[in-house]
Amino acid sequence: MNEAVRVRELTRHFGQFVAVDQVSFDVAPGEIFGFLGPNGAGKTTTIKMLTGLLSPTSGTALVAGYDVTQHPDEVKLNLGYMSQLFSLYPDLTVEENIQLFAGLYGVTGGRFAERRDWVLGMAGLTEHRRRSTGELSLGWKQRLALGCAVLHEPPLLFLDEPTSGVDPVSRRSFWDLIYQFAEAGTTVFVSTHYMEEAEYCYRLALMNRGRLIALDRPAALKETLRQPLLELRTDDPPKALEALRGAPGVVEAAMFGRALHVLVQDEHRALRELPQALAARGRSCEALQAVAPSLEDVFVALVRREGGTLDR
Amino acid sequence: MKRISGLRIREMVKKELRQLLRDPRARGVLFVAPIIQLVMFGYAVNTDIRNTATFVVDQDQSSESRRLIDVLTATGYFEIVGRSQGPADLVRALDRSEALIGLEIPRGFARDLSAGRTAKVQIVLDGTESNSATVAQGYAQRIVQRFSLERAAELGLVPEGGVDLRVRAWYNPNLESRVYNVPAVVAVLIMLMCLMLTALAVVRERELGTLDQLMVSPLTAEELMLSKTLPVAAIGLVDLVLISLVAVVWFDVPIRGFPPSLLLAAVLYILAGLSIGLLISTISRTQQEAFMTMFLFLQPAIILSGFFYPISSMPQIFQWVTLLNPVRHFLEIVRAIFLKGEGLAALWPQYLALTIMAAGVLRLAIIRFPRTVRA
Repeated sequence: MNEAVRVRELTRHFGQFVAVDQVSFDVAPGEIFGFLGPNGAGKTTTIKMLTGLLSPTSGTALVAGYDVTQHPDEVKLNLGYMSQLFSLYPDLTVEENIQLFAGLYGVTGGRFAERRDWVLGMAGLTEHRRRSTGELSLGWKQRLALGCAVLHEPPLLFLDEPTSGVDPVSRRSFWDLIYQFAEAGTTVFVSTHYMEEAEYCYRLALMNRGRLIALDRPAALKETLRQPLLELRTDDPPKALEALRGAPGVVEAAMFGRALHVLVQDEHRALRELPQALAARGRSCEALQAVAPSLEDVFVALVRREGGTLDR
Repeated sequence: MKRISGLRIREMVKKELRQLLRDPRARGVLFVAPIIQLVMFGYAVNTDIRNTATFVVDQDQSSESRRLIDVLTATGYFEIVGRSQGPADLVRALDRSEALIGLEIPRGFARDLSAGRTAKVQIVLDGTESNSATVAQGYAQRIVQRFSLERAAELGLVPEGGVDLRVRAWYNPNLESRVYNVPAVVAVLIMLMCLMLTALAVVRERELGTLDQLMVSPLTAEELMLSKTLPVAAIGLVDLVLISLVAVVWFDVPIRGFPPSLLLAAVLYILAGLSIGLLISTISRTQQEAFMTMFLFLQPAIILSGFFYPISSMPQIFQWVTLLNPVRHFLEIVRAIFLKGEGLAALWPQYLALTIMAAGVLRLAIIRFPRTVRA
């Protein structure tokens, strides 16, 4: 098999609104492919088109070698899907949920018993198998939903913001599971809006307003940021941000937590001159130092370079 | 098209039954509530006239006038709530709704009777309650007529020629409205239950996100609709048998027809009802919307069914509309089988109509379904 996913000029309109705009990319078998972007960037719409939940307005998508619009049945058998809603039946028990999805995918007999026990063990729910799913904690629901999505051992796994709302510890252990799947040869396609999660992916596609604005390994993406990056701490970041715009040597400035990240032409000159420039505009400068760029810096810079604005 | 998978349907039906029947309160709503409702409606939906509040103005005060009043009250249809000799009191009683009907016997009633002249009495009705008033009027007229015939016979005055009208009500000799209404209540209760169980079925899964999870699986639209249909149809049939038993045992409604033909009609009717529910569910975006749409359908379906108001007295255009109403067809079948003892031979048009509706609407729901997901 060639690519696990092959997408060309994929487009989806909702009336006048263009949710996904001519997106093209390939996903290699066995890789963890990340989809990063703010809410409304078109991540979910793309995943829905790839899983057959939504038909594309134009363009093509091959999943596991099958065209999603022409061979939806073959596509369905080859993928597992888990959404941010952890879509299980809250009024069924853990075991009944597993049984239902196993039945839907034709997992029966001895294979069913084996897969069920594997899911229960993986999710840590062996002792809670007869509990109502609605009573479980979010972390448990998330693992059970993942288990139900891979009962039929699909070569491809689509995870749409699988960790939203889950605490950081559960999120980390969920990623350990994703790595295990990838090592076993499963292709994992995961969308997220958590920057630190995006770092775990082998390759990362950045989306904004329906368009794919960059696609590369996380480290390589950071290298695209040629100019040096400084972090500025000040008493009133929003006012300081205004003061920095158009200051000599400043390429770009953006809020970053309670500090400001400033992209400059020359690191040493900026370290010397920026405090004075701020003082001249009546703003203080508590600390100023060079920092390594994060994915968020890359994302902000790329969006600005495209002439767009950030929808946050 | 993909082949329908027995395994997938079996697992989905199991899941539906678990969700429907797990909660004890839900079981109560499904199996006990219809029985309670039937008993309640069976007593409440009653158009018989009993103990109608009657005000009597007897200006004659003779043994003849008292005899007429006695005859009137002896039937049990009328109850004297007040007597007076002045017509003004009657007006007041009707104004205050203390009485529905007034009987006025003028001075000279007995004298006219014994002289062989035509005596006059007057009946005044509260026309705001037109239904009961009309029925009461009919009873009163007949009673007075019989009274005058008896009096004439006693006096040896044989009415010359004339027509003696004898009315006999077939199938329901005492014209008890309960016998007529209870089967109709059965029909409405079954429709309500079918709609309630299916109208929310798909839209609830959409809100929960589980619908997406089902749609990425190999489950087809046909399989999904079948799995939503079969369990509800089974529950509907159990309910029908339960409440029919109550109708027969408790309300003495006779089943004169062949029970299996009633069962066949019930299967078709239930399928039509839940197909409508599923269609509502597939075209609604939220549970709230589905609920509103359901009532938007249910109200006219009951009013245009012939339950309370005869279809033959509706304007022509509404008579045509009722042909699209499954409740109308099922009501006709139910009343005919329960009361008249008819069967398939006489009722085939109604059976055919229900079959076409069930198949057509279910097909429409299946066709409409994928578009709502992929739209």
